[in-house]
Amino acid sequence: MKRKHIYISALIIACVISLAFIGSDKYWTITANDVKLDFPVNFPKPVYTFKDNTPTPAEFTLGRKLFYDPILSRDSSISCGFCHQRIAAFAHFDHPISHGINGLLGKRNVPPLQNLIWQNSFMWDGGVNNLEVQPISPITNHVEMAEDLGHIITKLKRNKTYAAMFNDAFGDTIINSQRLLKVLAQFTGLMVSNNSRYDKYLRGEDTLSAAELHGLKLFRDNCAQCHKEPLFTDNSYRNNGLKYDSTFHDSGRMAITGNKIDFMKFRVPSLRNIEMTYPYMHDGRFHTLKQVLDHYTQTFIRTPTLDGILVKGISLSEQDKTDVISFLKTLTDKTFLYDRRFADPNFVRN
Amino acid sequence: MFCIAALVAAMSFTAPTGSVTITFSNYVGSSLLKLDSAIYKNELGQSYTVSKFKYYVGNIQLKKADGTKYVSDKYYLINEEEAASKQITLSNVPEGNYTSISFILGVDSLHNCSGAQTDALDPVNAMFWTWNTGYIFLKMEGKSPVSTQPGHLLEFHIGGYMQPNNCIRTINLPIKNGMQVVEKTMLHIKANVSDLFKTPTSIDFSKISSVTDFHNATTIANNYADMFSIQ
Repeated sequence: MKRKHIYISALIIACVISLAFIGSDKYWTITANDVKLDFPVNFPKPVYTFKDNTPTPAEFTLGRKLFYDPILSRDSSISCGFCHQRIAAFAHFDHPISHGINGLLGKRNVPPLQNLIWQNSFMWDGGVNNLEVQPISPITNHVEMAEDLGHIITKLKRNKTYAAMFNDAFGDTIINSQRLLKVLAQFTGLMVSNNSRYDKYLRGEDTLSAAELHGLKLFRDNCAQCHKEPLFTDNSYRNNGLKYDSTFHDSGRMAITGNKIDFMKFRVPSLRNIEMTYPYMHDGRFHTLKQVLDHYTQTFIRTPTLDGILVKGISLSEQDKTDVISFLKTLTDKTFLYDRRFADPNFVRN
Repeated sequence: MFCIAALVAAMSFTAPTGSVTITFSNYVGSSLLKLDSAIYKNELGQSYTVSKFKYYVGNIQLKKADGTKYVSDKYYLINEEEAASKQITLSNVPEGNYTSISFILGVDSLHNCSGAQTDALDPVNAMFWTWNTGYIFLKMEGKSPVSTQPGHLLEFHIGGYMQPNNCIRTINLPIKNGMQVVEKTMLHIKANVSDLFKTPTSIDFSKISSVTDFHNATTIANNYADMFSIQ
């Protein structure tokens, strides 16, 4: 009985301490150290270099506020963070396709936001060519945020909090789309995931189990050609044998290039935090990693644009699949998923 | 003493410059463009109206007979709806006789890939594709009774900076008798909407009434390549 009391007391104290921390300025204040450009040594050179957009605490803080503010949507119902949830590495947790204003559905799975500065293009079809202009796409899409960029600027200009924050960030009262987009790029560009157990294993800070190590070996032999380490993507577009869905009419990259050889080709997504970003594929058709591996080994469809690796075929036993999945779960990066810098600042209402 | 005088003279010497104001006047055939109300006819005799006409002009170069040139790195969005946009001023143009002007209709690939920009290239100007990044170089909208679009709309949004759908066109216009740039110089350029729909390809509005991606885009771009003339 006494022990139970001690346990409950300890729990209450722990809650109070953690709430006090979240409620404290220290949790929410962005410091110069928080926005330092300090990239993992084993990653390649970033594509987006923050040229003319060096992050500052004030600009990053403004980007964070905008990211979580539904003011960016037509009816103030949908923020970027509505679909891009921190707990799911900024994918939409347990949602096959995107949700927008008025309960409208999109046609593609919300991609996670992580290691974006190493991407040379964005979206499942690679239609967007620069991190800074990427947000215009969901903001103006009529089944997502359905807002006009010019109208957002008008709304921000008449909002006293934003007027003060833009002034704080830029030293003058100008509010325009360029500044809006640049601070969003600071916020999303600094989302770097490189502290998973896999990363720690590479750095000699952690060990992997026998099953995980076997999974890593199988992964390197069968998957890593497209899902290239350490980013777990080669930034290419490939047809991975998914059946064309005649309700979505989504032909992938072909819609961008106009070239038939790109039919049903989609971005090779990173597998970092894959445990948290389900469901999988560009339309979220698979719910589990087991279904994904069954697809690659058994159920994929042969079409003229099928990727060469699948033409040859991938062979994995049931035990192999279990081990590959064990390895994939070592890519979950709790440091990133719980990084206070990317938390919704509206959590504290004061 | 002479050396010092020469040095002072050299330091204070700068070639005299002037400004060149270019006025873009949008026409349909031989009459000034009138939005919405005027009814025009294409080569096939199909009638149409124009409700919107805007385009990007950039990389303006003024060339002298000896090959020297003045280059402007700015982009301008000429918009029929905004009178002020149709007049642009190039400053610090070295004085002298210029025999031709060239510019691109469109936005070069560098500026299509440079992220968030401002002024004429601000995406709020509704000349920006979000689903397939890039600027719309020219936007012409209107109506034609033979159009099969809802509301008989005509919608020509022409853009694309990558091969094989590159719609950037370089316009080179010789200036008859040359243009003497002095303190303030004026140049009048005429853009003809009707040229969008003829030479080399005559556009049948019952077949092509909406171009909003790469389909048919270069056909229209080849047509607008000869849309301009010096007035």
